[in-house]
Amino acid sequence: MMLKIDRRLVKNFDWITFGLIITIALIGIATIFSATRLPVEGMEGSQPAFYLKQILWLFISILALFAVVMIDYVWFYRLAYIFYAIGLVLLIAVLMAGKSSLGAQRWINLGFVAFQPSEFFRLAFIMAFSSYLVNKNLYERIPISCVFIFGIIPLFLIVLQPDLGTAIMLMSLFVILSIMRGLSRKIITLAVIVSLISIPFLGHIFWESMKDYQKNRLVAFVDPEIDPSGIGYHINQSKIAIGSGSFIGKGYLKGTQGPLRFLPEKHTDFIFSVFSEEWGFLGSMTLFTLYIMVFLRGLDTAKKAKDEFSKLAATGIVSMFFIYFLVNTGMALGIMPVVGVPLPFMSYGGTALLSNFIAAGLLINIRTRRFELFY
Amino acid sequence: MFEKRINIAVWVVIMVFVLLSIRIWYLQIISGEKYRMISENNRLRIIKTPAPRGIIFDRNNIPLVKNIPVFSVSINPENIAAIDRESLAEMLGIPVEEITEKFDKKDNSSFVPIKLKQGLGLVEVSKIEARKSDFPGLFVETEIGREYIYGKTGGHVIGYLGKITPEQIKNPDLKNFPPDALIGQWGIEALYDAALRGIPGERIIEVDAIGRELRLIQHRQAVKGDDITLSIDINIQHAVEKSFGTKAGALVAIKPSTGEVLALESLPSFDPNLFASGVMSDDWRTLIEDKKTPMLNRALQSQYPPGSTFKIITAIAALEEKVITPEARVNCSGGISYGKWTFGCWKKGGHGSVNLHKALVESCDVYFYEVGKRLGIDKIHKYATALGLGEPTGVSLYPIKERSGLIPSTIWKKEKRKQQWYLGETYNAAIGQGYVTATPVQMTVMLAAVLNGGNVYSPSFIKDATPRMLKSLKLSEETRRLVADALSGVVNETGGTARSAQSSITMIGGKTGTAQVVSKGKEAGGKFNDHAWFIAYAPTENPEIAMTVFVEHGGHGGSAAAPIAKKAIEAYFKKPKPKSELKTDDAKN
Repeated sequence: MMLKIDRRLVKNFDWITFGLIITIALIGIATIFSATRLPVEGMEGSQPAFYLKQILWLFISILALFAVVMIDYVWFYRLAYIFYAIGLVLLIAVLMAGKSSLGAQRWINLGFVAFQPSEFFRLAFIMAFSSYLVNKNLYERIPISCVFIFGIIPLFLIVLQPDLGTAIMLMSLFVILSIMRGLSRKIITLAVIVSLISIPFLGHIFWESMKDYQKNRLVAFVDPEIDPSGIGYHINQSKIAIGSGSFIGKGYLKGTQGPLRFLPEKHTDFIFSVFSEEWGFLGSMTLFTLYIMVFLRGLDTAKKAKDEFSKLAATGIVSMFFIYFLVNTGMALGIMPVVGVPLPFMSYGGTALLSNFIAAGLLINIRTRRFELFY
Repeated sequence: MFEKRINIAVWVVIMVFVLLSIRIWYLQIISGEKYRMISENNRLRIIKTPAPRGIIFDRNNIPLVKNIPVFSVSINPENIAAIDRESLAEMLGIPVEEITEKFDKKDNSSFVPIKLKQGLGLVEVSKIEARKSDFPGLFVETEIGREYIYGKTGGHVIGYLGKITPEQIKNPDLKNFPPDALIGQWGIEALYDAALRGIPGERIIEVDAIGRELRLIQHRQAVKGDDITLSIDINIQHAVEKSFGTKAGALVAIKPSTGEVLALESLPSFDPNLFASGVMSDDWRTLIEDKKTPMLNRALQSQYPPGSTFKIITAIAALEEKVITPEARVNCSGGISYGKWTFGCWKKGGHGSVNLHKALVESCDVYFYEVGKRLGIDKIHKYATALGLGEPTGVSLYPIKERSGLIPSTIWKKEKRKQQWYLGETYNAAIGQGYVTATPVQMTVMLAAVLNGGNVYSPSFIKDATPRMLKSLKLSEETRRLVADALSGVVNETGGTARSAQSSITMIGGKTGTAQVVSKGKEAGGKFNDHAWFIAYAPTENPEIAMTVFVEHGGHGGSAAAPIAKKAIEAYFKKPKPKSELKTDDAKN
């Protein structure tokens, strides 16, 4: 049963979602190539092999996606808590033995690859929380144990790293999945009021616990002119890149902001800016359309899924893609703070690509098996 | 329930899509032009390459200036946020406040480099180059500065370069020049700046975020400025400077036939090299505050009574107006009486019976009192003015303005002093004292006009420039010859007042003069001598050079000023001529 490849699996396979994310990933590789190219032909040195690595990772990710599709998602339901426990252990491990980058400890070096546990943890969280919610009725109240196990403990471990992007992601997923599971409008309203009142207090605590570079980012977002450490520079350069693309863009390999290094993190967090500079308004709209199709298709999968777990898991995965998309493009467009999250399927980064493909595999898995009988 | 909330989620996704699209629309369509320009500015840098300045030569094609590299250090404005100001200040050896002030200036453009320090030495430059990586965006520029080969000699004429002033920036010709470019600010450098400065070149390059040059987009070569050949003879300047010694004064030499200035010295002089790097150094302050006023151009700005040199004018007026014949004699008994005053002759015992020639040669005052009386002040005024005195000669040495001197007249006295004119004042004027004042350059222009038959040329500093005639007095040839003979006699005849100017290589003519320093001299207990004048020319046949020597507190013109003139003239005729061509004293006598 576990590794059954039957005709129905092939027949019902969600080629649309698969096609969309492959397209986005290929656009991503082309953009990485452009962003990291040498600004002048024949300049000494050679182009960094980021795009080649990303191609390799795309192959691995596609294989992983198919592997995930082949496994009946029931197994993910059954093993969800075990994944979650492993995820928590890895988060603790990264705090003790992690590799630091930009003042944050997020990586575990496995020798051949630097592994970021929070990538894995997000998926485990969606599985486990969905499994948990299947058996609970949240209509009236949220149990304290739930808040601790799926809220405070993981959030605490993430904030210690600190990893603002993942922290925002976890909180959002917690809220979204709770709402989708049927949290009453009364509680939602109450929660909104409570959080609005508590923001100044929590905000203070949060501010104090932030590292300097994070504080700077927030300050720079509020007022790029103050710019204590040049973070506003990032936002400005990103806006310049996008804005200068105008309607039809400067043309592929004609962008200047990325290769000339005015734009920082050009092939990772600011890849959308590089793309938008070269392809203009038309290209940006096309890319957005591809993403919107992924989201709407995913929501449709959630709607049509055959059981509660898969409905919630699908919603969680789409939400994850959507929030990353929103935070990343919002940052590039200068309407959201600089929070270092990658653009799903496009940004350079092997583990992120892999984990997003695995998540997409799960989504396809759910859609593909929606007609199967649940046991 | 679930489906309902999924539908809401669909709407949320669509709303976000619309929101982001509006934002992209705003950035790319509404502000697209603006951002495209910023992105061009981001990647393109315009680097002005200074044009080599034209070289200034003297009349014998000896270069007077050299172009030398001057180093300065600048920073790209987009890098200033990341700069540690303290350590930058320390490395450049300037106060941190100066850096802060330059960095935070309101009108800093986002892509014009900010100049931090000019006039760097080679050691400083290598220090900066070595630490460049600590200060992204910092770079050393080479500008073209000037070395003035002869230093102080001719400093007043050649002038120097300085930073463009805020007023000069408004000049449309200078719009291609960086705001702190060096342009001519004094003398010839300023006067002929438009010709000398050339056209700066422009390199448009593509740079990356740390300012590294990636490729050349466009290059326009700088056009070298025009060379200028001055009418100045640096040998004369040099000789003059040497023979003045520590005395203050001026010398102006002109080619009588054209008005070309052969030499113009004002002493003490200043060394333009002190200004060469555009830095207003302590040396400069010292110059400005110096009691000997080296920045004062005495050739253009010292106006004093010309003394007996003015007798040339009185003599010409008398001959032209025929109030006297050349042979007519006046008896000099050492003075004449006028009311209760006595107007003395400088020679206590008197000259006896003198005609025009002797009166000029021996500078008899009484003869000219008499002639002046016959002429009246307004006739003297007419000829003095016609020969270029009493008004500017048009000589120009930016930023120095020449003074116009004064030739009195009855009208002038009535208008300015509200008084009538007295005969005693005519006596004074006739011998170049009293109200009469002139500058060394005016006296030279006057002498040149007398020698060339009456053409008053505005002095010019360019060799073979078209002469600019201010006016012309048709002087009769007889008058010209009579005066010229007398001036030759002043130097070459027994009894002449300037025998010290006799030269073995050319025949010199001239006239001495003394400007009395009355008040100062008496009150300071004779501490100050009178100012000495000597106007001279050579050779006596077909003069090539006419000059005025003015020595402040030099005493008598014959002893203080004439030897300087001789040295200057000999420097001009530095190739000694065969002895046979020279007339000797005896032959003349």
